[in-house]
Amino acid sequence: MIAEIGAFSVALALALSLAQALLGLGAGASPPRAAAASACAQAAALLCLMGFACLIAVFVVSDFSVSTVASNSHIDKPLLYKIAGAWGNHEGSMLLWCLVSAVFGAVLGTLRGGQAMGPWSKAVGVQGAVTAGALIYTLFLSNPFARLDPAPMQGSGLNPLLQDPALAAHPPMLYLGYVGLSVPFSMAIAALIEGRADQAWARALRPWTLIAWTCLTLGIGLGAYWAYYELGWGGWWFWDPVENASFMPWLAAAALIHSAIVTERRGSLASWTILLAILGFGLALLGTFLVRSGVLTSVHAFAVDPSRGIAVLVLLAIAMGVGFTLYAIRAPKLAQPRGFAAISRESMLVLNNFGLAVAAGVVLIGTLYPLLVEALGGGLISVGPPFFNATVAPLLGLLFVLLPLGPMLTWRVGDLRQALKRMIPAAALAALTFIGSLVLADWRVAPAIGLAVGVWLIAGGLIYLWMRVRRGEGRALAKLAVLPLAVWSMSLAHIGAGVLTLGAIAETAFREERGVALAPGESVEFAGRRMTLLEVGDAEGPNYSATRARLRVERGGDVDTLATERRFYPTAPAPTTEVGILSAWDGDIYVALGEAVRDRPGVWALRLYHNPLVQLIFLGATMMGAGGLLSLIALQRRRRAP
Amino acid sequence: MTWFATLIVATAASAALGDPAMAARARALDQEIRCVQCENEPIAQSTADIAADMRRLVRERIAAGESDDEIRHFFRQRYGDFVLFRPPFDPRTWLLWLAPLLLLAAGAIALVRRAPPASGLGGPEEGDR
Repeated sequence: MIAEIGAFSVALALALSLAQALLGLGAGASPPRAAAASACAQAAALLCLMGFACLIAVFVVSDFSVSTVASNSHIDKPLLYKIAGAWGNHEGSMLLWCLVSAVFGAVLGTLRGGQAMGPWSKAVGVQGAVTAGALIYTLFLSNPFARLDPAPMQGSGLNPLLQDPALAAHPPMLYLGYVGLSVPFSMAIAALIEGRADQAWARALRPWTLIAWTCLTLGIGLGAYWAYYELGWGGWWFWDPVENASFMPWLAAAALIHSAIVTERRGSLASWTILLAILGFGLALLGTFLVRSGVLTSVHAFAVDPSRGIAVLVLLAIAMGVGFTLYAIRAPKLAQPRGFAAISRESMLVLNNFGLAVAAGVVLIGTLYPLLVEALGGGLISVGPPFFNATVAPLLGLLFVLLPLGPMLTWRVGDLRQALKRMIPAAALAALTFIGSLVLADWRVAPAIGLAVGVWLIAGGLIYLWMRVRRGEGRALAKLAVLPLAVWSMSLAHIGAGVLTLGAIAETAFREERGVALAPGESVEFAGRRMTLLEVGDAEGPNYSATRARLRVERGGDVDTLATERRFYPTAPAPTTEVGILSAWDGDIYVALGEAVRDRPGVWALRLYHNPLVQLIFLGATMMGAGGLLSLIALQRRRRAP
Repeated sequence: MTWFATLIVATAASAALGDPAMAARARALDQEIRCVQCENEPIAQSTADIAADMRRLVRERIAAGESDDEIRHFFRQRYGDFVLFRPPFDPRTWLLWLAPLLLLAAGAIALVRRAPPASGLGGPEEGDR
C-alpha cells in the first residue's frame, strides 16, 4: 500500500509540474498565473517529498515485494544503510533527482528575489518542464515502486563497498549539485525568451550557482575521501569516467560563479553567462547519462543500463537543443557589454573562465574519446590518468598562477604593477618552496612546480586578506573582525584551492608504498616508523564477519596502534578491505590487510603506505565548500540590507 | 648458464625489487596498467589474481633491465591498447593529444575577436567590495 501511495504521489507531481510549466511559460505579465505556477511548484515538491518518504518507508520495513528493495536491500542491513539504500540504486536516485528539481522549483517559485515578473515566472515554468521530464523518465522507465510477484523472501543486498557513511551522503550531495545547475539553466532560458539578462537577473542567478558548486565540491570531496579509505590502495582520484562526469559540471559551475559576478557588478559578459548556464546543465545531464548508461567502463559500473541511458540522452538532446537554438536566435540581441581594460578585475575573471572552460573541454574530449575511436573502428583504447595529468593539471596550474592577482585588481582598469608588487612575498615563498623541493626530492621538477603553485595560492590569499585589513583606520584585529563576509568566503575558497594543490601534489609524487609479510610479534621499519604486527583475529560485524589485524606504530617516543580488517559479506562474492589509518601532521600511515601467506602458517600479507600531506586534499576541499557556503550567506545578508 | 641467471633474476624479482628506484618505477607502472579481469581498476588497486600476476610480470621485466616503454609495449602486444591508461600517440589519437592546444587556440581567437571595446575608460569608478 505504501508503494502505491508513493507511485500515486509521484504521478500527481508529474501532472502538477506540467501545469507549472504551462502556467509559468504562459504567464506573460499576469501575476495570478505566475502565482498559480508557483503554487503548482510548491505542491509538486510536497508530492515528490511524499513519494520519496514512501520509498524510504518500504526500504526501512524491507518490503521485498517492491522490486527496487528486493534487488538493493537486505533484512540484516543496519538501519542507516536501509535508508541510504533508497537512493543507493538507479530507480531511487532518479526519484531523488526529481525531488531535488521539484524542491528547487518550489524555492524559486517562492523567493522572487528582486527579479522582474516576466523572467521570474518563465524560469519557474522552465524548471517545471525540467522536473516533468525527469518525472516522466522515472515513472515510465525506472519506476522505483514496481512490484514483484511472487515477492522474494530475502533481498540481494547493497554492494558492501557502498555500506559506508560517506557514501550514504555522497549521492545526495552530488545530486543537489547536478540538479542545482538546472535552476541557472531555467533562468538562462527565461532570460533568452525575455530577451534580457540584466544585473538583477545575474544577482538572482548567483545563489543558485553557489549552491550547485558548493554541493558538487562537497559531494566530490566525500567521494574522493571514500575512495581513499575504502578502496584499499590510497587512491582518491583516478580520472575515472564517472569522476570526470562530476568534475566537468564542477568546472562549469566554478566558471559560472565568476562570470555571474561580472554580469551582476558590471553588466558585462551576459551572453557568456547564459551560455555557461546552459552548458553547465548540459554537462550535469551528461554526467547522469554517463553514470546511468554504463557506456564507459568505470568503477561505478554497478549503475549500468543502456536503454535507460538512451532516454537520458534524449532528455539531454531536448534541453540542449532548445537551449542552443534560443541562444543562437536571442543572444546577439542582448545588451552590449560595458568595456574594460586588458588589465582589470573583469579581464582576470574572463581568463579564469577561459581556463576553466578549456579544462572542462579537455576533460570532456578525454572522457568521450574512447567511444569515438571505437565507433570509427579504431579498436579499444583507454584514456586515463597519464593523459589528464599531462594536460588538465598544467592548465589548472597556469590558472592558479593568475588566480591571486584577480582580487587585487580593480574593476574596469587595474594596476598590474601594484598587484605584482604586493605579491612579492608570495613569489619569494613559492621560489623557496620550489628550490627546497628540488633539493629534498631528487631534483624532480614537476612536483616542485606543483608545490610552489600551492604555496603561491595560499600566500596570495593571505596577502589579500592583509591588504583588506590594512585599508582604513583602526586596530588590525578589530578590522579583521569586521571584514565583509564576501572577502572571507572568497579568500577561504581560494586558499582552499592552494591547500588542496599542496596535498594532491605531495600525495601523488611522494607516496611511499611497501608490501610485507609479517607474523604476530614481527616488526618492520617503514617511513621512519617501527611497525609491529600485534595480533590477527576474528571479528563480527552486524552483517559481515571479518579478520582483524592490530599493529603498533612507534616513532621516537610516540606509540600508537591501528587496526585493519578484511570483511566478508555473505551477500558479496569478494572480501572488502577496511584500511587502518593513522594521521600525523606530515601525512597518513595507511595499512591494508591482505591474505594469509600460503605455506607459511600465521604469516599475513600487509600493504603499508605513507601518504604525505594527504589530509590537506580533504581539508582544501572542505575549505572550498565552506567558502561557497559563506559566500551564500554573504549574498543573503546583502539582499536583506540593501 | 643463461637459464640459471634468468632463474635467479626471476626469483629475486618475484619477491620484491630491492632497489628503491626500481620499486618506484614498478609502482608507477602499476597505476598505468588496467586489470584485464575487472577492467575498471589499475593493477595497483585490483585484488584479482590476474592483477597480482601482472604486477609480478612488471617487476620481473624491470629486474631484467627493460625500460618503462619496453614494458608498456609488452603489455600492449599481449592485451591490446585497452590495457594501458596512457593512450598511444598515433593517427587515431592525434586529435586527443592536440585537443588542449586546439581548445586554447580557439578560445584565444574568440577572446581577441569578441573582446568588448576598451573605449571611454577613465579611472576606476567603483571600488571593489
